[in-house]
Amino acid sequence: MTTPAVELIDVRKSFGHLEALRGVSLRIEQGEVVAILGPNGAGKTTCINLMLGQRRPTAGTARLFGLSPEDRRARSRCGVMLQESGLLGQLRVRELVDLFGSYYPHPLTPEKALAMAGLEDQSRMQASKLSGGQRQRLYFALAVCGDPEAVFLDEPTVGMDVEARRAFLDVIRQFGESGKTIVLTTHYLEEADELADRIVVFDQGRVIADASPSEIKSQVAGKKISFVTDAPVPEAYLAGLGVTRVESDAGRVRMLSSTPEDVLWRLHQCGVEIRDLEVTGVNLEDAFVSLTSRQTAIGS
Amino acid sequence: MSIAELKFDVAPLPSVMWKQTRAQLLSSLRIPAFSLTTILLPIMFFAFFGLPYVHQTIGNTNITVGPYVMASFGAYAVSSAMVFNFGIGVAMARGQKMDLLQRATPLPSGVAMAATVVNAMVFALISLIALFAFASIAGGVSLPVGTWLTLTLRLLVGAVPLIGLGMAIGYAAGPNSAPAVTNLIYLPMSFASGLFIPVAQLPAIIQKVAPYLPTYHYGQIAWNAVGAPTESMESAVIWLGAWTVLFFALALRFIRLDQSRKFS
Repeated sequence: MTTPAVELIDVRKSFGHLEALRGVSLRIEQGEVVAILGPNGAGKTTCINLMLGQRRPTAGTARLFGLSPEDRRARSRCGVMLQESGLLGQLRVRELVDLFGSYYPHPLTPEKALAMAGLEDQSRMQASKLSGGQRQRLYFALAVCGDPEAVFLDEPTVGMDVEARRAFLDVIRQFGESGKTIVLTTHYLEEADELADRIVVFDQGRVIADASPSEIKSQVAGKKISFVTDAPVPEAYLAGLGVTRVESDAGRVRMLSSTPEDVLWRLHQCGVEIRDLEVTGVNLEDAFVSLTSRQTAIGS
Repeated sequence: MSIAELKFDVAPLPSVMWKQTRAQLLSSLRIPAFSLTTILLPIMFFAFFGLPYVHQTIGNTNITVGPYVMASFGAYAVSSAMVFNFGIGVAMARGQKMDLLQRATPLPSGVAMAATVVNAMVFALISLIALFAFASIAGGVSLPVGTWLTLTLRLLVGAVPLIGLGMAIGYAAGPNSAPAVTNLIYLPMSFASGLFIPVAQLPAIIQKVAPYLPTYHYGQIAWNAVGAPTESMESAVIWLGAWTVLFFALALRFIRLDQSRKFS
């Protein structure tokens, strides 16, 4: 068995009374491309911060390449893009890439790192004058300039417009294809689906799913049912029908089910009058929402 | 499962130190508001307070104004480079969250700190050389070579407690309040220590406070170098040592607080 890039063993993390992580165990092998997916506040950033030794677990163990994440030798194998961070803004793009490269034992040439991030034309610009998208590219260049084996990207495309995001995703995909380990957090599903060969879904500080993108989707293979009704539908009516997510607002009820025909038959039997019925297939968005939300009673 | 199969490698520290220092220097030099004030203010003060009277003597002593005032503003130049570099520089770096990404890289935090010290020392040295050049060319101040060197060395080494003061401010104050806090502490302190006007010419109440201030004893080691001390070297060094311990203890406390907020 080879040493995993990342290993979390029953890790918990509290900030005062807030429990950000409630017992997470996760093993990421070298060469894997893993997306950590979840809504805001699910614990994604806390998780990546523990992997990198930016924060210490309240309980449990975090290891980076088999060492303490705070060990300089472990960090020398990792490149990092954080959600919130600043730079010596008076330095030029190339100067920063050269500086960050010098922190690592076998850095790429600044030109190579800039080419990977698509920043060749901005190499002489001051970092503080870059646009939002260029700034993210610079952070990516800083993450890869040390030629690390693993990169950790915390919400890498946040604040980018659609076009910049698409181009930037290509950059990350190319990097992943070179056999490097990538761990990224995101709340964009298409990002996770497009880049990762494994998706770990977080909700409320726990891992609620850990599988390939297609398996994640198949876990909620089924249909989305949507209709309008005047009276609330008691939850008990739907027991045993594989209904995973129910919500209602202003008389419109939406739910997911693997057996939509049975659901409609049951509603009819129970005398629920429905109008404006739609039954559609689920996309990854629905699958994700269904995994992360707890069931709520109809009409409540 | 073993870690023996992985080859661990790290960048050599001297080259990391060199690049980090160079980057921080470049970055500071490119903020003219910072680099120019550090270099020009002491010269300006010398021009106002010393230049018109360079060859006169102070009060009824036989101390010449020129070297005395130059030593005073030399002390002002170096101590302000230290206090402002660390006080405002560290607070701004924290405000812009530079410390977050830096901590995630393999850059050892000691190297980043050492680079900041070297950065402040280089600025201090540049402002000293500029002040000395101005004093000798425009004011005709001349000293034996050994005295120039002694003065420079004492000013740089003696400024260590002021690094502690700057660090304490930089880790305690926010990025917006740091400039005000630094000025509020540092300016009255250096004034009351006789760096602008000799202590003997200050109001009686301030004369009573002065001998307790760190910049007063710092000024003494400079005045001692040009032959105009009012305190023995031993006493000044002991006072500076005590202030060093106090300021660094304070700085360490604020650093720990800051680190535990962000990284624990």
